[in-house]
Amino acid sequence: MKGKHIGWIVLIAVGLSAPFLVYPVLVMKILCFALFACAFNLLLGYTGLLSFGHAAFLGWAGYVCGYGVKELGFSPELGILAGTATGAALGFVFGSLAIRRAGIYFAMVTLALAQLVYFLALQFPFTGGEDGLQGVPRGHLFGFIDLSDTMNMYFFVLAVFLVGFWIIDRAIHSPFGQVLTAIRENEPRAISLGYDVDKYKLLAFVLSAGLSGLAGATKTLVFQLASLTDVHWHMSGEIVLMTLLGGMGTVFGPIVGATVVVGLQNYGAELGQWVTVLTGVIFVLCVLAFRRGIVGELALLIKRSGIRM
Amino acid sequence: MDIFGIPIQALMGQLLIGLINGSFYAILSLGLAIIFGLLNIINFAHGALYMMGAFAAWIALTWLGINYWVALVVVPLVVGGFGMLIERTMLKHLYRLDHLYGLLLTFGLALIIEGLFRYRFGISGESYPVPELLSGGFNLGFMFLPKYRAWVIAVSLVVCFGSWYIIERTKLGSYLRAGTENPQLLQAFGINVPLMITLTYGFGVALAAFAGVLAAPVFQVNPVMGSNLIIVVFAVVVIGGMGSIMGSIITGLGLGLIEGLTRVFYPEASAVVIFVIMGIVLLLRPAGLFGRER
Repeated sequence: MKGKHIGWIVLIAVGLSAPFLVYPVLVMKILCFALFACAFNLLLGYTGLLSFGHAAFLGWAGYVCGYGVKELGFSPELGILAGTATGAALGFVFGSLAIRRAGIYFAMVTLALAQLVYFLALQFPFTGGEDGLQGVPRGHLFGFIDLSDTMNMYFFVLAVFLVGFWIIDRAIHSPFGQVLTAIRENEPRAISLGYDVDKYKLLAFVLSAGLSGLAGATKTLVFQLASLTDVHWHMSGEIVLMTLLGGMGTVFGPIVGATVVVGLQNYGAELGQWVTVLTGVIFVLCVLAFRRGIVGELALLIKRSGIRM
Repeated sequence: MDIFGIPIQALMGQLLIGLINGSFYAILSLGLAIIFGLLNIINFAHGALYMMGAFAAWIALTWLGINYWVALVVVPLVVGGFGMLIERTMLKHLYRLDHLYGLLLTFGLALIIEGLFRYRFGISGESYPVPELLSGGFNLGFMFLPKYRAWVIAVSLVVCFGSWYIIERTKLGSYLRAGTENPQLLQAFGINVPLMITLTYGFGVALAAFAGVLAAPVFQVNPVMGSNLIIVVFAVVVIGGMGSIMGSIITGLGLGLIEGLTRVFYPEASAVVIFVIMGIVLLLRPAGLFGRER
């Protein structure tokens, strides 16, 4: 428990000081992806379900939020709520279909469904097709906080992230989270103990998708843009990578993973095409040699040294 | 001559393209099913290896002057060898772990291969000429059948049913099926199972590369040709289930045809029709048309 408290303190301290040290828009991007990765980790790390379609929730929440704010005159908070609801609703549809198959098929079903909604995003007129939704206004939060000011926007994003992260943290450490872990560890046993496993899986899926939607809607307000990049399967792969690299099944791992990957993409922009290759290499290395991820390996190191002391 | 208001020429043309796509779905999903049966790994790199096959044929022709017919034999062997190298150096460390790691590793490999080709060749694509012997076509009266397309369909059917025959009807295939059921027992009978696994992966990859060579003159040869295809093939595999070789072949061909028909009657839906069918199948028959849960 103590380690967790230290983690929270470090997280809030870094969150408050980061925009004064680093370009704030970059930090906001990291926060959005960190929330997305944490939401994904709830499913992969704690329930043992690999979704290869999470880009659908991020991207579609972005489109709905962007369209609502730009064309329908939604306030930012309403736009974000609408985006979150979109993520959760899509999550309900994907989840209901995907949990009918286990293991490897689950991943393939989610990937295929995400490709389906990718094509829909490409064809529907309101998404702007290849151009995406551009120039989404940030508006005034609760009618009086001007979000076009970068620092206002930053602290709003930080608040959204902390709330989302707190929800995930609570879910993981609640009895609900314990049941999810039981399903991951031994599904037949969870069934024999009388748990309605499918219901728990679906609930975890909807929660994860809804929070991914929250991340996607927030991201749209930050960049004032909703585009096809966010619904493409590359994005689904990226979020798997962030979670895997940071440490799946650890509370803080996805945040570290998102920071590393987004930082790499930002500072490695001149690498051009090599970024894809590098991403692939990190994937291969993680799977072959580094399955616990950064935070998982660190935790193990601390635990071992603690025993020696 | 019209059928439901559609000129028969157009209808037949789309059905032909559907059948060609279906042939590729069949060959690729067949390879995925064989690999999954023995290795318990879903080979995400399958699309990238298919793309490698197409590029290897293009490189052989343009840089080395090796013609189509030689490439059709040599390229699958070379790419299959590359696959065996992957299996020996990487995949073999994953067999005791969860299935998911195999998917993640091969996903990483797919990104590496695709990224390297994109770096070298860009994304605009290269075109591969139809071999002289197969240029031109037959006039069937109601439609014009290009020789090369007829060849693709015929040779795909031969390869698919040949694979089915080897696996279901020969001694070699019986080892493979036994290995799928119970590798420990097969090993105890004195069969070299690790070698068999390597060869099986190589065979699956060679099939993908073979499909790539076949596809080179039909489609643009470009670095992303595999990744878009593989997601559709995954949906095909979910619909058919991976339990049966014949099931993979029939599902692949059938879905190609349905996709072709959709392109005639409701073109906007042609990109998504296979995914929609997947959703319906999951609702009605969760284990897939020919599947058994494993």
